[in-house]
Amino acid sequence: MAEQFDLVVIGSGPGGYVCAIRAAQLGLKVAVVEKRSSFGGTCLNIGCIPSKALLHVSERFAEAAHGFAAMGICGCKPKIDVAAMQAYKDKVVEANTRGIAFLFKKNKIASFIGTGRIVEAGRVQVMPSDGAPVELEAQAIVIATGSDSAALPFLEVDEKTILSSTGALALGTVPKSLVVIGAGVIGLELGSVWRRLGAEVTVIEYLDRILPGMDGEIAKVLHRELKKQGMAFHLGTKVTQAKTTQRSVTLSVEPAGGGKGQTIKAQKALVAIGRVPYTQGLGLADIGLETDERGRIPVDESFETKIAGIYAIGDVIAGPMLAHKAEEEGVAVAEILGGLPGEVNHDIIPAVVYTTPEAASVGKTEEELKAAGVDHVVGKFNFMANGRAKAMNETAGLVKILADAKTDRVLGAHILGPMAGEMIHEIAVLMEFGGSAEDLARTCHAHPTLSEAVREAALAVAGRAIHS
Amino acid sequence: MAIEIRVPALGESVTEATIGQWFKKPGDAVSADEPLVELETDKVTIEVPAPASGKLTEIAAKTGETVEVGALLGKMEEGPACAPGSQEGKAEREAVTARETEPAAEPSQAKAAPAAPPPAAGHPAPAGKTHPALSPAVRRLVAEKNVDVSQIAGSGKGGRILKEDVLAHIARQAAAPRAQPIQAVPARAPVPPEDAAREERVKMSRLRLTIARRLKEAQNTAAMLTTFNEVDMSEVMSLRAAYKDLFIKKHGVKLGFMSFFIRAVTHALKEIPAVNAEIDGEEIVYKNYYHIGVAVGTEKGLVVPVVREADSLSLAEIEKAIADFAARARAGKLKLEEMQGGTFTITNGGIYGSLMSTPILNLPQSGILGMHKIMQRAMVMPDGSIQARPMMYLALTYDHRIVDGKEAVTFLVRVKEFLEDPKRLILDL
Repeated sequence: MAEQFDLVVIGSGPGGYVCAIRAAQLGLKVAVVEKRSSFGGTCLNIGCIPSKALLHVSERFAEAAHGFAAMGICGCKPKIDVAAMQAYKDKVVEANTRGIAFLFKKNKIASFIGTGRIVEAGRVQVMPSDGAPVELEAQAIVIATGSDSAALPFLEVDEKTILSSTGALALGTVPKSLVVIGAGVIGLELGSVWRRLGAEVTVIEYLDRILPGMDGEIAKVLHRELKKQGMAFHLGTKVTQAKTTQRSVTLSVEPAGGGKGQTIKAQKALVAIGRVPYTQGLGLADIGLETDERGRIPVDESFETKIAGIYAIGDVIAGPMLAHKAEEEGVAVAEILGGLPGEVNHDIIPAVVYTTPEAASVGKTEEELKAAGVDHVVGKFNFMANGRAKAMNETAGLVKILADAKTDRVLGAHILGPMAGEMIHEIAVLMEFGGSAEDLARTCHAHPTLSEAVREAALAVAGRAIHS
Repeated sequence: MAIEIRVPALGESVTEATIGQWFKKPGDAVSADEPLVELETDKVTIEVPAPASGKLTEIAAKTGETVEVGALLGKMEEGPACAPGSQEGKAEREAVTARETEPAAEPSQAKAAPAAPPPAAGHPAPAGKTHPALSPAVRRLVAEKNVDVSQIAGSGKGGRILKEDVLAHIARQAAAPRAQPIQAVPARAPVPPEDAAREERVKMSRLRLTIARRLKEAQNTAAMLTTFNEVDMSEVMSLRAAYKDLFIKKHGVKLGFMSFFIRAVTHALKEIPAVNAEIDGEEIVYKNYYHIGVAVGTEKGLVVPVVREADSLSLAEIEKAIADFAARARAGKLKLEEMQGGTFTITNGGIYGSLMSTPILNLPQSGILGMHKIMQRAMVMPDGSIQARPMMYLALTYDHRIVDGKEAVTFLVRVKEFLEDPKRLILDL
């Protein structure tokens, strides 16, 4: 007899596990299906969490190696024990994934390890790697199967010489040289990790700028900073061919618009050109659920697919592929299933790039406002002029606030600098309440903090920053 | 506990109203939902109900005053018979929604459809609660410009007042004394005192001001001219005479002339689409639907309720719709949406005795048909004899920017042809 649930969530990444927990809080009987032996999906196992651990280690290493002496901390010639670093990372990951398991137990959420296949609306079959399939019955099914790295047709990932982000996170030694294909968030973050630990890193990007979609000015400043850290860039360049051996990879590249080519050789290559929705094994074709031209499952504004009772959230549907976006959608669906209104404000979703300096943004970029013809005012403030940043010896970067020219409502904010990913939230909250730049400027900010730069940028919108 | 009574959302693009009659005075007992005061807007008059049972304590806006959406009308005290007092805001919203207003997107209550939209602009501050904390920028503006916050409806989350709401309010206050609905008119020539003493001044009602403005707008925008024709109404009249009893017996409504005219008009509109179209920027919008406005005179002025899908209604259905509109128009109980969306209008000056006239277009429509008095006139028949026939002059005022002379004339000819030979209805000619 199949076990009966109110909700079966397929996938235990940030979208799935949050959806499950919220639904359980609202009194639903929930089961989660996960094909990995640990919970947390890409984010916890081979994405957000492990990369943040390595970024943290490598940042401390770089600071110790290059920054301490100027502050009077002498004799620092640190060496990196990659095995120990990976052990540290693995501990962090395990603590997080076990945390999810604990939360599932606490909320009485049943879990099933295996690949989930939707037999029909209301029925999910779990196929474990060994053992018999288990049948689950559910009033509602949420597909939260996330995404996978996108591949280059001519460059097969073997996770030895040609790496995806998964392999790049698990390297056992610092490569002598690493070529990163794609100057998006993942490519730059992982490129940073190994650059700081001593690898020669070259980044190849098809567009003529890094971080497409990010505010252009912020991307330009970050590009400069990364170059100062020793990363080499080939922008406006496409990879046409690759020759791989056991020890190295040689890429043939040429300008994106065509022209004279050259070759770039490195010990390893990281393919970081993006991610694609993952729906394998779900049996979507058999139940008549088509995916669109980008592999995404179409849903309506309640996240329901065209089959009643089957929902989808996170990387597997349209929208920014961000863990917290998936979490918001997970909560919304759980609330809808629990009989409450559920919605996601897709206009106020912060995004963070965990390089040094860190970049964070929320709302519109200057380019988007210009393209939409929205009259706006820009207020900027450099961390160079912020007391705390100077004391911390981390003065690269700026805060940029975009406000409506007529109403002063904050339409977007972009921060490049220390703790950008934390500071952005003050502005996100303001935007949720329809606040104006003046509201921000007239809120007392403690001194000396990095957040004063946010306040000064808000003052700059009105042309009256005090400290610049 | 004191509850504030505020001007509710009045409908799309309607931002102000004039206070009409107060039905209660301070000290009177009121029950929840009982009408307290009348508000006159450009298009309709609505009643504002009491949000709870109790006693009216204060009238803040007097008869004749102009108020904006969200403005304070008065205050009341909740009485012993408690309405859902703890949810005054909700009760007021629900009570007002039930009235004849077209609500702006109201925030959904719990259990409503998912993806509830954020509170729309013009949502009045929750009655009975103190204003949610004012943000720093708002406090500053209020202090700097001496703004009365209670006059401002907050468009932010939960009804919060945003900086932009205050800025908009200030702009409106500055513009208000100067803005006149009618174009600036040269100052009136001085009147000798003995005549001035015999003058009586009456403030133009909101409706009259709107009518005046719209008439001028039509004249200033369209290239209006009127073409005439005449109709021998004898066929229609004999048809009515022959079947009037049977009609009223079967359909429960009198067979008038209007249904024939509306049928004739929709028939002709299908043949001459330009008369059913409108100009939008540099495009002509041809409408493949036929919503015919029927002008109804009331004490307060002319209103034009719209008979929707007139081409698909039977004659009886048309008569019923018109009778209902006329009754409700005179009682001032037409809904805003019933007067929107028309594609063509018919006006009848004949009921007052007019023989011929040149109606003014009901913008953004491109045609209006004027019906007139049916008068026996001596007409020359095809065989040369002279007979008395019941004739009506028909006028079609049209927008020459998109309706050609040929089209306008043909339109009227078709209407005439159909009315003079109603059998064409059966044959779809």
